[in-house]
Amino acid sequence: MRPPIRSPKEFGAGLIHLTFGAAAVWIGRDYAFGTGARMGPGFFPTVLGAALVAIGLAALVRSFMMPGEPIGRIAWKPLFLVVAASLLFGFLLPRAGLAVALAILALVSAAASEKFRLDWRAAAGLAALIAVCVLVFVKGLGVPLPLLGTWFGE
Amino acid sequence: MDVFDNLLLGFQTAMSLSNLAYCLVGVFLGTAIGVLPGLGPVATISILLPITFGLPPVSSLIMLSGIYYGAQYGGSTTAILVNLPGEASSVVTALDGYQMARQGRAGLALATAAIGSFFAGTVATLLIALFSPPLAEIALTFGPAEYFSLMVLGLVASIVLASGSLLHAVGMVLLGLLLGLVGTDVNSGAARYTFESPYLADGIGFVAVAMGVFGLGEIIANLEHETTRDVMVKRVTGLMPTREEWRRIAGPILRGTAIGSVLGILPGGGALLASFASYSVEKRVSKHPETFGRGAIEGVAGPEAANNAGAQTSFIPMLTLGIPSNPTMALMIGALTLQGIQPGPSVMTEQPALFWGVVVSMWIGNLFLLVLNLPLIGLWVRMITVPYHLLYPAILVFCAIGVFSLSNTTFDVYLMSVFGILGYAFRKLDCETAPMLLGFVLGPMMEENLRRALLITKGDASVFITRPVSATMLALALVLLVVVLTPAIRGKREEAFQEGA
Repeated sequence: MRPPIRSPKEFGAGLIHLTFGAAAVWIGRDYAFGTGARMGPGFFPTVLGAALVAIGLAALVRSFMMPGEPIGRIAWKPLFLVVAASLLFGFLLPRAGLAVALAILALVSAAASEKFRLDWRAAAGLAALIAVCVLVFVKGLGVPLPLLGTWFGE
Repeated sequence: MDVFDNLLLGFQTAMSLSNLAYCLVGVFLGTAIGVLPGLGPVATISILLPITFGLPPVSSLIMLSGIYYGAQYGGSTTAILVNLPGEASSVVTALDGYQMARQGRAGLALATAAIGSFFAGTVATLLIALFSPPLAEIALTFGPAEYFSLMVLGLVASIVLASGSLLHAVGMVLLGLLLGLVGTDVNSGAARYTFESPYLADGIGFVAVAMGVFGLGEIIANLEHETTRDVMVKRVTGLMPTREEWRRIAGPILRGTAIGSVLGILPGGGALLASFASYSVEKRVSKHPETFGRGAIEGVAGPEAANNAGAQTSFIPMLTLGIPSNPTMALMIGALTLQGIQPGPSVMTEQPALFWGVVVSMWIGNLFLLVLNLPLIGLWVRMITVPYHLLYPAILVFCAIGVFSLSNTTFDVYLMSVFGILGYAFRKLDCETAPMLLGFVLGPMMEENLRRALLITKGDASVFITRPVSATMLALALVLLVVVLTPAIRGKREEAFQEGA
């Protein structure tokens, strides 16, 4: 017996579109719809959301009818580590300061690679990268990035 | 109002020492980042955008344009040397350029690309100078109905030109439009889809979206299968074409420039179409079509000229109408808005120094490309050979700092992370993200113009088809859709994207 979902890519895309469209309509029901002549804040998003729901449904139906490619291997490890690294950067920046946050961002994301080894060259490169960022962005361009965060009593 | 007066004003603005320097730095940085494999112009501009925030508007736009051509040229360099096109429009360059590099003619291929780009850039800059004023004048007569229909046409074109399924391209546009609506509604003051977060009151930061989707998403996808890259050429020699080769590239460059200039104005990514079109034209007019794909110099000269001409003329709708024709222009509009300038027909009359300064600096930027890049080719080769596992953490560092500096809140860093996940998901599902970004920028504009158009007519939607300009745009959009849905063309379209992939 063939699996009911013949095109997993189509199914996934349809699901995303359906979810966003339905959310737009659902949340948008609180916004005044207005009339054609006086469109309220809910008019445009509700119309777009409904159209997106239709697209999502069409894709879901198609995914059962038309054969398609499998999604393929998902790079869970890079996905998790790269996203975690940038989330950690956001969390650490005000607390531990720029230098620590950058080091964690680079090291955690680098762990996603099979080839990365933390040898002296990589460490020196990282130190140089952090120094450049501090000089260019904080000193040069005046971006208000905290060098030391609240954890260090700043 | 005379073209020469305008260009003179432009030269005065662009030739100031600081603006020349920003143009040079922009071209240099753009090329340096653009040669890195897997980083196309959109990613390059997103990464470098924060550097331009502190500059005055003219300088910032001059630098951004410099980054744009630098990134494009860098992409061609990578395509020729390692057969890794960073963006769709240099796919064509890789076909023959890489073959030339394998035959030891990398220097010639790179020089041909640079010469073709420079010539095309010069012609396209003149075209912008000639055609922008009348176009802006026409645009000033546009009412909300015309603007709305024009945006519909632009979005339809971006759908048609997106690779992969049409259905999903439509979905991506709608999703982009919806994401663009997040934030405070200008008319009623109602907060929409903000989840009561003050950070979302001004909408989703568009750099956060661009960097998440094009930066993070791309990195994750690249890490899926790590490969080592071999650079064909360690030393590049034999740059200048011989007399015979000049003769061979002259025709393709001229034709490529013409094709690119026309197609670049089209909304929805004309530069990509231009390089494909130029390649097939050259193949058709050539006496030796069998050499194409085996290192034909014509196959590099034509598409490179077309590509650059298209990139240049795609500024025309952005500068005169305030409507982006591709994701790169969407980024430019975002950058201008951050500078407090609303792009549109009035920019030319209200800020002539800005407008003409940017136009002239485009030409200067192309000149810099020509004189800078060939001597620096050794440096670019070294940039390409930096291993990816050392490169991507550094790219992430710049993305993170860049997105933070936009609003100085860590909220945008989190937002970027979320869009990174989405970007990777869309990539895995074959949903192209360019139409989404275009929709994202156009969302609020479309709603506003639709609202105004219907307010004037008291809700009578027939205004869109009774006003001739608006009706023409909608008709064109309809024709595009019908044509692309015709089975014969549909097959051709898929074939074309197959060839490109």
